[in-house]
Amino acid sequence: MRRLSLRLVALGYLGLILVGPLAMMVVRTAEDLDGAWAAISAPETLEAFKLTLFVAAIAVVVNTVFGIVCALVIVRGNIPGRGLLNAFVDLPLALSPVIVGFSLVVLYGVNGWFGWFQRNGYEILFATPSIVLVTVFVTLPFVAREVVPTLREIGTDQEQAARTLGASGWQTFWRITLPAIRWAVVYGVVLTAARAIGEFGAVAVVSGNIVGETQTATLRVEDAYQFAYGNYAPAYGISFVLAATAILILVAMIFLQPKEDRR
Amino acid sequence: MGFVTAYLLVIVVLPIAAVVWKSTGNGWSGFWSVVSSPQAVSALKLSVVAATLAVLTTAVFGTLIAWVLVRDSFRGKSVVNAIIDLPFALPTIVAGLVLMALYGPRTPIDVTIGGISFDANVTFTRGAVYVALLFVTLPFVVRAVQPVLIELDQELEDAAKSLGAGDFTTFRRVILPAILPGILSGVAMAFARAIGEIGAIILITGNLPFKTEVASVYLFHRIEQDPEGSAAVATVLLLISFVVLLGIGGLRFFVTRHERA
Repeated sequence: MRRLSLRLVALGYLGLILVGPLAMMVVRTAEDLDGAWAAISAPETLEAFKLTLFVAAIAVVVNTVFGIVCALVIVRGNIPGRGLLNAFVDLPLALSPVIVGFSLVVLYGVNGWFGWFQRNGYEILFATPSIVLVTVFVTLPFVAREVVPTLREIGTDQEQAARTLGASGWQTFWRITLPAIRWAVVYGVVLTAARAIGEFGAVAVVSGNIVGETQTATLRVEDAYQFAYGNYAPAYGISFVLAATAILILVAMIFLQPKEDRR
Repeated sequence: MGFVTAYLLVIVVLPIAAVVWKSTGNGWSGFWSVVSSPQAVSALKLSVVAATLAVLTTAVFGTLIAWVLVRDSFRGKSVVNAIIDLPFALPTIVAGLVLMALYGPRTPIDVTIGGISFDANVTFTRGAVYVALLFVTLPFVVRAVQPVLIELDQELEDAAKSLGAGDFTTFRRVILPAILPGILSGVAMAFARAIGEIGAIILITGNLPFKTEVASVYLFHRIEQDPEGSAAVATVLLLISFVVLLGIGGLRFFVTRHERA
């Protein structure tokens, strides 16, 4: 009896905070499907989605390489300062996205330490490079955070065995280490992609929000909402596509859980 | 090692250092006059209070949900378990719009009982900040507590009960001490997230100065006109985050002292 009431409270809370709002959003989108579709298929929206995917792809590639190398250094390296490194990797999780965006404006602005680029026609701010930089910044921890515990768990026995049998460092990495951590890497990649596609605050500060050029999908949602003038179909329509993407990502995560169940 | 350090330095550390450096651009008096201005104080206060209230709520319900997911069994549990991660996967601006659909001006929750009408429209109120933060912080505590509960032997709970402990006593004396470090880790992550949140907040709160404008939105609107002042407020926000995170870390250190001894 007590167990049942706890279950009802837990499910009721999830209903009010997560499921109810999401379901209501689907209802609102369905109310004006034509309007939603018109907004989704508009060339400006397609450009925004293209930019978002482009930026997310770069962030995933760059941070996967960094994440794996970083995890190897944290777990396998024997250099002083590894604890500090571990803390710095998590830093982006503790920062407001607005501060992340602002920090790039300060650093790469015409008067900033790296202002040389902006002054000499190599546009960083209000252009794609700044969007890439902030996205790489906010998604930096995900792969490393997933790989570090897995590396600790698998230990070094197999790697040492490979080395004694004459394998080079590279061979050991490709044949032994990488296959052992692959699910952690994939899981980190999925988290990185989700965050990269969904980033709003940091991108809003640096991108300049130029329609068809530096406007990402999330910025387009905000635009569609702020200039809705009572017609919210475009905002709901584009959001629906993003929400569907997020749910696909969730489904992917369920299938990527290793057999022994990570939770 | 060199690659990792250089990468972190360029991508993360230098930009943040630049903001802190920039905040000193107008001297100490310039820093203080912006940070102590009524609007900035009001925004910072709202951020801290709303984040604290939301995170405390999330700590209670997150722990409860984690317990139900680990110890209870019912149909569709794996689906519920997957839904918990929704706020991680959903773009924050979409989260704001999703909340608007249920808690906006056209809310379907609108009842009149005995002449008193109630509706769930929270837009342009501080309640909207709270609701948005409940949404984005939910997974942190659940995901921090869940693995600890899985590891915790059910037999301990059964033993406590067979020795005559009630449900509440069992929770307080057996379960809570084991999961408290997990709760604190989740709370720390959730607080850091809540105090800097913008996407989920910006649509539903209306960003009214002195009322629903949080620190991150205050910054967002001021960056271009007043970079030095914005840097000052950003530095204060960073300091608040780090002090709170250190405090929670210290508390966690204290409650796990027996394990290390």
